[in-house]
This record gives sequence, C-alpha cells and structure tokens, in this order.
Amino acid sequence: MLTYTIRRLLMLIPVLFGMTFVVFFIIRAIPGDPAQVILGQQATKEAVAQLTEKLGLNDPWYVQFFHYVKGLLSGDLGESLRSSAPIKDEIWPYLAATLELSLVAMFIAIFIGVNAGIISAWFQNSWFDYVAMILALIGISIPVFWLGLMEQWAFSLELGWLPSTGRENVRDPVEVVTNLYLIDTLIAGRFDQFGEVIRHLILPSLALATIPMAIIARITRSSMLEVMRSDYIRTARAKGMRMFFVVYKHSLKNAVIPVLTVIGLQVGLLLGGAILTETIFGWPGIGRYIYEAIGFRDYPVIQSGILIIATIFILINLIVDLLYVAIDPRIKYN
Amino acid sequence: MTKPILQVENVKKYFPITGGILGKKIGDMKAVDGVSFHVNEGETLGIVGESGCGKSTTGRMLLRLIEPTEGTILFDNRDLRALPKKEMRKVRRHIQMIFQDPYASLNPRHTVEKILEEPLIVHGIGNEAERKKKVSDMLEVVGLTSYHARRYPHQFSGGQRQRIGIARALMTNPKLIIADEPVSALDVSIQSQVLNLLKDLQKEFQLTYIFIAHDLGVVRHISDRVGVMYKGRMVELADAEKIYQNPLHPYTQQLLAAVPIPDPEYYQADEQAAIQFGTLPSKYVIDDSWMNIDSERDDLIEVAPGHFVACRLK
Amino acid sequence: MSGESVLEVKNLRTSFFTDDGEVAAVDDIDFYINKGEILGVVGESGCGKSVTSLSIMGLVPSPPGKIVGGEILYKGEDLTKASEKRMRQIRGNDITMIFQEPMTSLNPLFTIGNQIMETIRLHNKWNKQQVKERAIEILQMVGLPRAEELLNEYPHQLSGGMRQRVMIAMAMVCNPQLLIADEPTTALDVTIQAQILKLMKKLNHDYQTAIMMITHDLGVVAEVCQRVVVMYAGKVVEEGDIATIYKSPKHPYTVGLIKSVPDMRKKVDRLYSIPGNVPKPGSIKEGCRFAARCEHAFDRCFTETPELYQTGEGQKVRCFLYEQQGGVSK
Repeated sequence: MLTYTIRRLLMLIPVLFGMTFVVFFIIRAIPGDPAQVILGQQATKEAVAQLTEKLGLNDPWYVQFFHYVKGLLSGDLGESLRSSAPIKDEIWPYLAATLELSLVAMFIAIFIGVNAGIISAWFQNSWFDYVAMILALIGISIPVFWLGLMEQWAFSLELGWLPSTGRENVRDPVEVVTNLYLIDTLIAGRFDQFGEVIRHLILPSLALATIPMAIIARITRSSMLEVMRSDYIRTARAKGMRMFFVVYKHSLKNAVIPVLTVIGLQVGLLLGGAILTETIFGWPGIGRYIYEAIGFRDYPVIQSGILIIATIFILINLIVDLLYVAIDPRIKYN
Repeated sequence: MTKPILQVENVKKYFPITGGILGKKIGDMKAVDGVSFHVNEGETLGIVGESGCGKSTTGRMLLRLIEPTEGTILFDNRDLRALPKKEMRKVRRHIQMIFQDPYASLNPRHTVEKILEEPLIVHGIGNEAERKKKVSDMLEVVGLTSYHARRYPHQFSGGQRQRIGIARALMTNPKLIIADEPVSALDVSIQSQVLNLLKDLQKEFQLTYIFIAHDLGVVRHISDRVGVMYKGRMVELADAEKIYQNPLHPYTQQLLAAVPIPDPEYYQADEQAAIQFGTLPSKYVIDDSWMNIDSERDDLIEVAPGHFVACRLK
Repeated sequence: MSGESVLEVKNLRTSFFTDDGEVAAVDDIDFYINKGEILGVVGESGCGKSVTSLSIMGLVPSPPGKIVGGEILYKGEDLTKASEKRMRQIRGNDITMIFQEPMTSLNPLFTIGNQIMETIRLHNKWNKQQVKERAIEILQMVGLPRAEELLNEYPHQLSGGMRQRVMIAMAMVCNPQLLIADEPTTALDVTIQAQILKLMKKLNHDYQTAIMMITHDLGVVAEVCQRVVVMYAGKVVEEGDIATIYKSPKHPYTVGLIKSVPDMRKKVDRLYSIPGNVPKPGSIKEGCRFAARCEHAFDRCFTETPELYQTGEGQKVRCFLYEQQGGVSK
C-alpha cells in the first residue's frame, strides 16, 4: 500500500508537468497580442512594447515556460494584470467559496444518490425504484441554469423562503478567518449567522448537486444489482443475516468501487461546472473569478485558476485510486 | 497404424512474474516445464491432471495459440514452431480444436450455417454450393439435421452446442483434433452421447485425438494411451490399461484413489475391511511421499515397454 | 419415518412466474431426511434440485420465484409459513448451506475471521473472546492449519479447497441439525474433492449433523450417502437406500443415468446413453416427464403422471411399469 502510494505520487509529477504545459500553451494560443489587448486600442506603441517586455513576452516560449514553472515551484502564481496583486493572495477567498459550495453539493449528491440507488436495487421494480429512476433520468437531462432559475423563482420570489443570491447576509457580514463560512461562523460562535450561511447554500448546492446525484443513483443501483446477485450475498443470507446488513455491509462495500470512480469524475465536473451555478446565484467562487478574468483578458489569473482546478481534480482521482486499494484487498498494483 | 502424427519434444511455457516498484521481471511461472510425448495416427491420447497442471496450456501450444517458450512440435514431420505465420494458418486446417464451453466458443450472432462454413471460407475450400452441402452433411454426421442450420447458438441445448462445436472442428477434414475438456460442462446423460459420438467419428474419419480432461473415468473410456500431468510436467505416460491397472507414479496412484466410484459396494467392502483391520479405509490413506520428490530432476523413464514414469522411486 | 426425521418435504411446489407464465421448477415433490443421515439428491441441470434447497432455506429469489404449495416441516414446524424473523433464526443456526463455487461464495472484501465470527454473533450472545475462540476451534475442526492467522486473511489468499473448508466451518459453527450441500465438490479437483468428502463424512459422524448432498455425480453419492432421491424435471422419480438403487435401479431414467457414467475400473467399448436432451424446467406439463426420452414409454406415459409406487423395502419409483408391484404410496 505504501509502495503503491509512493509510486502514484511519483507518477503525479509528469502528469502535473504535462498539464501545466498544456494550460500554458492554450492561453498563448488565444489570438491577439496580450499587451495590446490589455492596454486597449488607444495605447501607444511604446506602452505596448513596455508591457510586452514586462510580461516577458519577447522571450522564446521555453524561457517563458521555464520562468513560469520556476515561479510555480516557489509558490508564485504570478500577478493579476487587473489588480496587480499576487494571485496566490487574491484567489483563496474565491477558491474557498467554491470548495464550500462543491463540498456541500457533493455531500448531498452522494448521500441521497447512493441511498436512492441502494434502495432502488434492494426493492427492484417497486414503486420507489420506478420513481427514483425516473427522477434520476430527469435530473440528468435538466440544464443547470434552468433548474437554478426555477429554484430562485419558486423558493425566493414566490415563496420567499430562501435567499436567491450571495453567500451571506450582506448587512451582517461574516468575520473571515478561513473563508469557509460554515467554519468561520462557528469559530465566531455566531450560530444565527451559521444558519444564515446554510440558508444561502441550499439553493445553489441543490442546483449543483442534481446531475451528480442522478448519475450516482443510477450507477449505485446497477452496481448493487450486480453484486446482490452474487454467490457471497446468498451465503450472507444463508447465515441468517438481516437483509439490511446484507445490503449495507456485504453488498455496498462490493458495489462501491464503480460508484467511487463516478464520484471522482463528478467532483471534477462540479468544480468546472460551478461557473454556471455561481453566475446564476451570484456566488463569489473561483468559477466567477475566472469568468471575470476572461472578460479582462487577465491571462495569469485564467492560467492559475485552471491550473488549480485541474490539480484538485487530479488529486481527488488519486484519492479515489488509493481508496480502491484500501477497500479491495485483491487489488495489488505491483 | 503406429506412425506418429505428432511428436512433442521438451515443450516449455514460462510466464514472467513481475514485481517491485518498477514492475521488473522477478521470476518465471512454469506453466509447462518440459513436456514430451508423441501421438500415433488414429489413436486417442488422453491427458489428465488437476487444475493448473498445464494440460490446457499444452493443448493450446500444439496449435501455437499460445507460443511455447522452448521445445519442438513435429506435425507430419514438419516443425510447427519453425513455420511462418502464413504456413501455420494452413496447417491449422489439419489440426482443429474442440473447447469446453461450446457456448463461449460459438459466435452468438452467427447462424449455425455461417459458423460451420467459416473454416471452409478461411481455408478457401469449395465453392458456395459445395460448402452448403458440406454443412448439411456435417450436421447429419453429428446427429443434428440440416433444419438446424438457420438457427443461432442460443437456441440449442448444451449438448447440441457441443455437437455444433464438433461439426465445426470436422469441417476442414482435419487429421488431429485437440479436445480440451469437451464434455465437462455437460450433464451426465448428455456426456455419454457426446463421448459415443466422438468415438464413432474417430472410426468414420480416421481421426487422431488428444483428449484433455480432468475426469479420469471419461479419459479411461476414450483413450488408448494416457499421460498424467502434475505441476507442468508429465509424470506418467502409458497405455490406458496400464495406467489404471498398475499406476506407478505416486501422484497417479493418489489421483486414482481420489475418484469416487459409482458403486456403494466398493465403499462398504472398503469400510468393512478397515474396521476388521482397525485401519483407515484404504481410500483415505494419504500418501504424500511424492510431494517431496524433486520433480525438476526427474525425466520420463521407460520402466516397462511403453510405460514411462518420472520418478526416481520407481 | 416422521418420528426421527429432521426435515420432511411434502407436496412442495416452487414456481417461477415469467412472461411466459408459471414455470414449476419443483413440481410436487416429497422426501424426508432422517436425523444424522446423509441423503443424496441427484439430478441433471434444471431438475429442480437447487431450487428445492433454496426453498428449504426460504431463499428462493422472489420475485419471480415463489413457493406455491406444500409443506416443509423442520421438526414439525412448517417453514413455508414461518415469518422472515423466524427463518433468520433457523438459517445459519439450525439449517445451513454450502454452495458449489467456493471461489465466489465468500465475500472477497471481508476477512475469513470477520465472516465466521459474524455467523457466530448472529446466533449467540457471546463476548468477543468466546466468539474468537469458537472461530479458531471450528477452523481447526475442518482441518485448516494456522487457524489463528487465517482469521485475518482474505478469501483470495486461499485455494479452492481451503475456501470450501471455510464455507463448511461457517456452516458448522452453530452446530446445525441439517447441512445442505449444493454440489460442494463439483468445482474442486478430485484429490481435493476426496478430502472434502472425507471431512463431511467425519463431521456427520462426529456431530450427527444430517446432510442433504445435492450432486450430479453418482460416484459422490455412492461414496458418502445412505439414501438417495433421484430428481428429473422437477419431480422425484426414484428414492431409496443406495445399495438398492445402485444394484437394482427401477426407473428407466435412473437405470440410464447409472449406465451412462464411465466407470474407471472397467473398460467398455460403448457407453449407454439416454437419447434426447435434458428438458428445460416447466417445458413438460403433462404425463411422465421422462416419457419422451424413455425406451419403455407407452401411450399412457404421455398423458397421465405416474405416482410414486413403493416397489420394495425403502424404494419408491415414479413409473407405470411398477404400478402393479407396490400400489400407490404417498
């Protein structure tokens, strides 16, 4: 297990390097002279030349890439062109907002999706199974922006139960420590604020959770159905075990591997897909940060943002791979 | 009649075992470790052994479905291992295989007619009319009718599918048939039908069989000579009668003693004798002296005419 | 016979409800198992022998399967009417089961110890130490070496024969009255099979556990069983003690089956073979199920289903040829 973990971590190096390389070039493939674009059409030739020099754009690409990677290795993500602030200082509040939203959404998606899948498989062809699978099919087909708008219309506009945008009550801002508001409010001992943060989280996280929830429910169901037909499940029942334990102990552990794979992939999609949700719900997350940076042609920000999301995605899938080994003693990567 | 059609000389198959952080080769899994035998024209050589003894790998190597690591395979005095791929394909017309699971070895999307016709097309035998004629003839030969030609494999029972598998093997008029556990997936009452069919076909078409199986009763019934394999080696090879009447290798003895006999009286006599002499019934005496034998250094030695044993104790 | 029997099956009918209607996999069968005896149940694929065992355990997959008639009496208690809770008490404790595939019958993700101790805890209120001691004891009893280390090992680390021993250990751990073994040695090599059969005989002798040995192998039945029930297409066609059945089988199917098996001790040029194919469950609804493959069949066989006729001491046959000899026994 330890050998495998070390091997997987070593294998990350070329992956991360390759990813950096790709991101680096995609940004440079955008047409137009960045300096010109940044300064606008009215800028003087001297100003453009000066900025080009400052950005190091006159150097050959490998020198630029070398400087960039060197910066990354020392934790330097570069400076925002728009605000001239170091990106690594600026990006965290946005990243934290996204992490909070995604984690809550993922928790909802996993909890409801996995259980719905299990119960559907357990009571195959029952009314619960039919209803759950129809809902799952709808969930997969619904566009997130439409769902988000409908939620806002129903629960904020019509019923007035929940806030439609933002992370907090702007008249009573959260005292920031970690930028994860659920934690910050608890640190401050402000349980009223904690409740307020939760109220803000409900609509966007539900919108964000819908698709992964539906996908997880379907994969859990089919995986469980296959496992529950196996011989060792019959053995477990022949021991006189309650169906509940047969399902949640013997079946689930065996069925969980394909589910984990899907969860790993969905987390990645969530981070990327959050842009749409964040825009609709006015959520100050990394998706919106990158989105706005695109509007300002703020290349270093776009580059770093994509790099961070991609890195998180790779790390999560590494964790998933390591979980396989932890769950299944038969998997040996030697 | 005693002309050898196939001679196998010291054939080996090693699979690499890998390990360590870099996945380097750290050893060999010796699936087949120096097996030699010959098969005479028109006879049936049975190969018995338990799972993992290398009997199936041996069978597949003869057709080069698995490439041997070492050794020579002479078929009709031609060294199969020296043949280029194209020539080898031509030889396959004369050596055909029958598999254990007829369902897995028949393409589910093809009709029986197409399945049977395919080997003829591959080897460029006959025109369309001739091929169709041959298909319906062959179906009759294996106890089906030409009416079955339009059907798909899933519409047949296990025994019928095995008949189709046999028909396919016979389409190209092969000389040698390698049957790998051909009846072990079948019900008892169907198994005897297929065994009888194989015997009839052998007479009718002068076929030579290599019959690979784990069921010692079946192997005795069909074989003229029998080879016993254990851990990738052939430990005993002799006429079927000799092997079953007078097994010499301790492993063969052990194997034969383990087979349940469908006769309650056999067991009663055994138990009574045991009670009388205060010993365990002879069936249960475990003789594992052979386990300590260093099989690596034991070659097959002819201890009696046509009776080969690989054991220094004998 | 009911006084000393541990299990009595009466008129049991288990059906599967498919798109094509009701398929009776087990069609009105009767048999019994005496205390401490080993009963062989012999038949080919689709004869209903496995469905019978699952019916006894209350584990027929439902839907589509269902016990539609008859009784399964365990010490006088009808299991077809027992609640799920009562069945859970019986399974794994009074009646236990082992299966054909030792490679897939153990959960690959839990240790041997976990799976055995779980069974003990389901049926006993013991403390941790007692549970562990019993698990080690039972592993030693089935002849497994290094029992204590085995508790922490996973199924894939064991050979097929060892896994089947673990399955037997799990089935024996609560001292059951009846062990149902569904083709327990079919997937094993002959030398391993011999060891497992020997072990089962020993456990049967030492603990007086009755065994229902389901198999297709007449050799296995001859080796370990005292009585045998022959099944064909969902029906019991013959029943009796093995000496009688092997010496003078009556039902044409039993006769054919015994003659079809190649005997290792003697060479015959040609095996007897029963013509035709093994019927699919539920495909024959009328008359004797074997009539179409039977050499002796006459008109009546195709329209009327014969009863089980007593033909002698402890032998019953479902064939019109023996109607005169014994009269109907039910």
